[in-house]
Amino acid sequence: MSVHDGYGKVDGPATDALLKAGRFFTKWDETDDERVVFREGGRAGDVFYRDRWSHDKVVRSTHGVNCTGSCSWKVYVKDGIITWETQQTDYPSVGPDRPEYEPRGCPRGAAFSWYTYSPTRVRYPYVRGVLLEMFREANKRLGDPVAAWHEITTDPDKRRRYQSARGKGGLVRSSWAEAIEIAAAAHVHTIKEYGPDRVAAFSPIPAQSIVSHCVGTRFYQLLGGVMTSFYDWYADLPVASPQVFGDQTDVPESGDWWDATYLMMWGSNVPVTRTPDAHWMAEVRYRGTKIVTVSPDYADNTKFADEWMPAQAGTDAALAMAMGHVLLKEFFVDRTVDFFTDYVRTYTDLPFLVRVDDGEGEYAGSYVAGKFLTAADLGAADPEDAWKTVLVDDATGEPVVPNGSMGFRYAESGVGRWNLDLEGVTPALSMQGESSEPVELLLPAFVDPDGAGSVLRRGVPTRMVGGHRVTTVFDLMLAQYGVPRDGLPGQWPSGYDDVASPYTPAWQAEITGVPAEQCIRIAREFATNSEQSQGRSMIIMGAGICQWFHGDTIYRSILSLLILTGCMGRNGGGWAHYVGQEKCRPITGWISLANALDWSRPPRTMIGTGFWYMHTDQWRNDGYSADSLNSPLAKGHLGGMHTADALAQSARLGWMPFYPQFSTNPIQVAQDAQGAVDDGSAATPGEYVAGALRDGRLQPSIEDVDDPRNWPRTLTLWRSNLMGSSAKGNEYFLKHLLGTHHNVLGSENPKAPRPRDVRWHEEAPIGKLDLLMSADFRMTSTTLLSDIVLPAATWYEKHDLSSTDMHPFVHAFTPAIDPPWEAKSDFELFHLLAQRFSQLAETHLGVVKDLVSVPVQHDTPGEVSQPGGRVVDWRDSDAPGTPGKGMPVFQVVERDYTAIADKLATVGPLADSLGFTVKNVTFDVSEQTKKLAGINGVMPSGAGAGRPAIDTDSHLAEAILMYSGTTNGQLAVQGFRTLEKRVGKTLHDLAEGSEEKRITFADTQAQPVPVITSPEWSGSETGGRRYAPFTVNIERLKPFHTLTGRMHFFLDHDWMHDVGESLPIYRPPLDMHRLFGEPRVGEDGAAQVTVRYLTPHSKWSIHSEYQDNLLMLSLSRGGPTVWMSPADAERIDVQDNDWVEVLNANGVLVARAVVSHRMPEHVVYVHHAQERTIDVPKSEATGRRGGMHNSVTRLLVKPTHLIGGYAQLSYTFNYLGPTGNQRDIVATVRKRSQEVSY
Amino acid sequence: MRVMAQMGMVMNLDKCIGCHTCSVTCKQAWTNRAGTEYVWFNNVETRPGQGYPRRYEDQETWRGGWTLSSRGSLKLKAGGRVQKLLSIFASPVQPQLADYYEPWTYDYDTLIKAPLGDDFPVARPKSLITGQNTKISWSANWDDNLGGSTRYGHLDPVVEKLRQESEQAVQFELEKTFMFYLPRICEHCLNPSCMASCPSGAIYKREEDGIVLVDQDRCRGWRQCITGCPYKKIYFNHKSGKAEKCTFCYPRVEVGLPTVCSETCVGRLRYLGLFLYDVDKVTDAATTPDEGDLYQAQLDLLLDPEDPEVIAAARRDGIPDDWMDAARRSPVYALAKKYQVALPLHPEYRTMPMVWYVPPLSPVVDLLAEQGHDAESKDVLFGAIDALRIPAAYLAELFTAGRTDIITHVLSKLAAMRSYMRDVSMGRDGDPSIPAAVGMSEEALYEMYRLMAVAKYEERY
Repeated sequence: MSVHDGYGKVDGPATDALLKAGRFFTKWDETDDERVVFREGGRAGDVFYRDRWSHDKVVRSTHGVNCTGSCSWKVYVKDGIITWETQQTDYPSVGPDRPEYEPRGCPRGAAFSWYTYSPTRVRYPYVRGVLLEMFREANKRLGDPVAAWHEITTDPDKRRRYQSARGKGGLVRSSWAEAIEIAAAAHVHTIKEYGPDRVAAFSPIPAQSIVSHCVGTRFYQLLGGVMTSFYDWYADLPVASPQVFGDQTDVPESGDWWDATYLMMWGSNVPVTRTPDAHWMAEVRYRGTKIVTVSPDYADNTKFADEWMPAQAGTDAALAMAMGHVLLKEFFVDRTVDFFTDYVRTYTDLPFLVRVDDGEGEYAGSYVAGKFLTAADLGAADPEDAWKTVLVDDATGEPVVPNGSMGFRYAESGVGRWNLDLEGVTPALSMQGESSEPVELLLPAFVDPDGAGSVLRRGVPTRMVGGHRVTTVFDLMLAQYGVPRDGLPGQWPSGYDDVASPYTPAWQAEITGVPAEQCIRIAREFATNSEQSQGRSMIIMGAGICQWFHGDTIYRSILSLLILTGCMGRNGGGWAHYVGQEKCRPITGWISLANALDWSRPPRTMIGTGFWYMHTDQWRNDGYSADSLNSPLAKGHLGGMHTADALAQSARLGWMPFYPQFSTNPIQVAQDAQGAVDDGSAATPGEYVAGALRDGRLQPSIEDVDDPRNWPRTLTLWRSNLMGSSAKGNEYFLKHLLGTHHNVLGSENPKAPRPRDVRWHEEAPIGKLDLLMSADFRMTSTTLLSDIVLPAATWYEKHDLSSTDMHPFVHAFTPAIDPPWEAKSDFELFHLLAQRFSQLAETHLGVVKDLVSVPVQHDTPGEVSQPGGRVVDWRDSDAPGTPGKGMPVFQVVERDYTAIADKLATVGPLADSLGFTVKNVTFDVSEQTKKLAGINGVMPSGAGAGRPAIDTDSHLAEAILMYSGTTNGQLAVQGFRTLEKRVGKTLHDLAEGSEEKRITFADTQAQPVPVITSPEWSGSETGGRRYAPFTVNIERLKPFHTLTGRMHFFLDHDWMHDVGESLPIYRPPLDMHRLFGEPRVGEDGAAQVTVRYLTPHSKWSIHSEYQDNLLMLSLSRGGPTVWMSPADAERIDVQDNDWVEVLNANGVLVARAVVSHRMPEHVVYVHHAQERTIDVPKSEATGRRGGMHNSVTRLLVKPTHLIGGYAQLSYTFNYLGPTGNQRDIVATVRKRSQEVSY
Repeated sequence: MRVMAQMGMVMNLDKCIGCHTCSVTCKQAWTNRAGTEYVWFNNVETRPGQGYPRRYEDQETWRGGWTLSSRGSLKLKAGGRVQKLLSIFASPVQPQLADYYEPWTYDYDTLIKAPLGDDFPVARPKSLITGQNTKISWSANWDDNLGGSTRYGHLDPVVEKLRQESEQAVQFELEKTFMFYLPRICEHCLNPSCMASCPSGAIYKREEDGIVLVDQDRCRGWRQCITGCPYKKIYFNHKSGKAEKCTFCYPRVEVGLPTVCSETCVGRLRYLGLFLYDVDKVTDAATTPDEGDLYQAQLDLLLDPEDPEVIAAARRDGIPDDWMDAARRSPVYALAKKYQVALPLHPEYRTMPMVWYVPPLSPVVDLLAEQGHDAESKDVLFGAIDALRIPAAYLAELFTAGRTDIITHVLSKLAAMRSYMRDVSMGRDGDPSIPAAVGMSEEALYEMYRLMAVAKYEERY
């Protein structure tokens, strides 16, 4: 076709003629119809954008944030100014037939460089003016900063003046020297006056910036201070993980989603909360993997689903129980599948014997589940026999004590036998059979929405073994799930359509709203897929189900689906719990150096939730007692106890830590103990303490927590925005801990139950903390409240390390620029503080002894000190307790307070003499210390003379990598060889060939580096496979770290029985009306509506903290919002973008409404970390600044999370502890005047 | 035949997670400066939704793109070019700031500098235009994730149109919810109406790669291009007084780097590559009488780089060998022409856009789930396409000028790929009847799977 055919097709001939004339003098190439102008671009083209693109260098760094992204970024620098960032794309390949990890990142990360030069950047050290004036004056007058601090903090008027100024502006510029001097003086004073366990600090999530976390934590552990936990405090810890697996959490990398052939996302909004990983989910669909989502709203991830199961918020366990019902019936009873049966026999507690006890009281004549039968019950007499669980050999019908239980883990007799090798025995799953005697068993249930318990009567087959009536966990499970078998007594569902009988599909439909048919079909598909694919069904589980009060029961009901179908420990199968960031891959180096184990042991670590619950006096506002959660079958172990009492008992029995320890300064206690040992009145310091506790000379702090002697006195926050992010019950923090203005709306209920063991003060303390110090690079709710604000370097201004559970690499932070203005890295901060502290300690502290009280810990022999999970309180006997046995461990530690700075900067001698231990594998690191000395050099003088230097951030990074098996192949092999002696199975081959591989800090700066398979974790990357948890357990028969050594469906601790949660179960969300007197959910005729108040993570904040970025605010609503359904909005006459107030007894939030039909009725979403810093007007309800997302939440402590001292239910930092859950909160939404004032 | 090369992009909406990383990296690199605060060369819209600027697709109001005269010739919707030339001093038809949004910042300083008062200091919003306090009431992405749907959803021009046909179309109820994301950049059209609207001749299409640029020296700020562009992807820099637009990152593309939005796309859904087309046929294609045939007409413009005739013509027209190589390896050609799963955005605007989209699959509606069907099994697979939450008619209004049959066919191919690959990844033999049912060979289906799922960096760009 000729070009002229097109002529005249644009406009008309006359027009063309005219335009042609107009363009006569300009020459360019254009189509003959003048429709399109072509010009050569090339290098001569438009220069403006070419100039704009130019830059001087590109630097690799990342973002130190708790989002699990751990994305490597290119930071562009021009003329010494950071211009922008884009993602690195150079991750090592994961294989030719798979998508790659590039490009990891998200819009929040892409917007990060805005902070560098933003007007909210903290450029200089600041101190609250009121405090600074007083300090300067006193310091000048007294000539001693410690004396000055003493005077200010012990003068009630002065103390009040600066405490009540917190959060009200008036920060004035100071200098580093001055700010550090005040902080150092406060620390010295607190240790001297009250004790090191009154010095508290919080810095979460080591993996997000390992060096920064390590250095500060190390400083505090050298002092004997208290580090509070984060994983459980954030409610990111799935307590079900320690309960079921005996592991904190271990999850597949996102690349393993690609291996799944059936993928459910349950309460996990992957595109928003795992943005860089979401592509694997989208892509695996193209392999034919079905995607199912469970969420109450039409969540972002539902876009990708083949099916959406819209279960109502908090009811997920009902759905999971019904799916389990289908699965047990169709794949274990009506038909059996060898793949499933073999799996549960080997890897779960299902075949293990449980004693069936006589019911008591009104339940006499029936039976209840009791404790696991142990070898001790069969007459074996060694101490470890109480920890050996028993099963029946299917072939002989005889009881067998198989390898692998806790009784084999620590005892000499267990060497080489701590494994899952059944040695030819086929365990009987059920007690059905010839000698079987069916009995009616009582099972607790919680089907009433108000949470009250009831009792189900269902039969189990039993036998007599060693004089004990027993059944199996499998039999208990079938009874619990209501799966009938012939010949068993009790009441059973008539079919799937039996609405009245838990846990049928029809029963769950009434609760969740998910159609019974869909529930049945998805359960079938899920199991069938597992059967066909050999366990490649995966469930991504998230905060939407984890962060409920009963999140552990929700999780156990879902985990059961995975375990029954043989999916755990498989590539492409099993749980994928993605809530928070637990995975600091170079763990041994980090944790050992962070806890300063090279200088002194043990460290003081504290359950965050317990700490804040008690010290912010939220316990005083609890409307219910601990036993209101009980099952009707409870035996009274929690009877009459307030939750605070449960905490006190847990601390008393050495289950969970509590700090401060005693109302006496632990330096004094150590001195007294030494005196007692010296004068012969006690054999050991521990014996002295036990005696002093018995006779009352020593008082546990928790039992009079509001006494000024028992307050925490200093709190340091770095890498943390406690007050703007995680502080559930925010207003109580403001009131009781900080002593400033607050929006607590309720008053303490005079009728609320009073504690039994914890002393009640009529007046609650206002303002416990002497010092709140924070380091940050931007202004947050936390910095606004801090007495001292230190200007931190950003993530583009320091050396550090990053790792995550989502990918298998470690990689580096590298400074793109030096910290601008007066900003300094955390590393520099703590060294400055340590130096000034050590100087002041010369005159005030010197060398002292400190008596440290710690609970017995998981993965140590201490976890086998309280057999049977029985509550035995030494206080109920006449004799003193025995330290370490139903009582904490008491240890004297020498502290040279003048040498803190030296110790901070060197690796201490205990590294070589004691090694570093993780999960009961001790690494001999003496060789590594020599190598490190060669690389980093040694310190020439001082307390660390001749020891390896860790005096710069990159030196510390090098040390962390050196001392970890994942980054040092020599240690990985050594660790496996150590472990295989106990296990009796070959393991070292998993790391063999990596002995020569050591990942250096320089390696991580060049490119993300894949880690080495190591006994520090439960999965294997050997041979380039994707990481999936527990593959070593499944493939190598290495036990889980549990009582039976297997995955547990059944938990027989006294408290678990009492709350009715010994088996997977459904518990409804807490009824806040019954427990706290909050309004019932729904409308009440007034212009307000009461709703379930959920705080999921925002699409527009960098994870849980950074909501103030202008780019993100511009892409969203530009300030705090409440997402609500059209029906709820209509009830209160609210339109999209109207101002509303959300309130309850805990406080008030002012925000704008986002009304959308994707939201279910009676639920609002107030996205996390909507702080009071951005566009928050005054509240109508209080006249004060209108709060933030945590203003209407509060802490609710579940007593069973406090269990300790019993196998996998034993404390370890961030491994087990009460969760700071917040999902059960209800609040009332009202329209407010649209005229707002600030 | 006159062969020209054109840089093109395909976005697989089926993989888009709506994260907006593309928007942010683009803005950071190109428009975070005075005069362009409100400008997003790349933006991401939730659909249903109004888009940015609001209701840009409503050409009855904004008069963008081309239309056919009664004689069947192309004319600018905003009026003939003479008319435009004569009225350049009059305010053109174009969105006002409120239709984009009034950019703002906050008085962040207060957080640091507030003197001791009686409450928390707070950073209040301030307009970046007036400097005054403001209440934020619209943004570049106000209706993200269906926010405000019950108040604004009916203003989505597609919803409006579908509801004119049936009142039952697109209901905003929880049970019937659907949504997807539409990332947008300049279309770098073969028949750009912005260019034709420019009285100064400042807009040009680069000869070598078809990238459409505004010459910053020539631009006189008449803003006729803003009216002319039906996608509203030309913006007025209120500081420089010039028009600005997406440059397809030519300073990067020229040195072999992908565009910023592509390389930083976390969903890995963007593909870049060369199209070859017959420039002589563009006008003809653009004047295809029936809007429903425009997709096919545009598809026909794309030349097969393996065709000896095309190769010869290309050589004659000065297209270098390495560009021919690139055209043969072009993933955008593969998705658009070979597999025919990518579609142009609003072909009815007749601009011959060069950024194409793979339409998204979506969950099946509850009805199907309640009946206990497995949408994954191949027996119900194709039946399920009609039961997906996103109505085919909605997608058709975006990509095929209303042709639902084309949409259904593309979605069937995606579904067939999944169904076929399920057997393969379960270790079974692939079922050849599945690709055959959508008119594809097993090999082609597998190649398409590699390109869409495995999607290595080198294969995307």
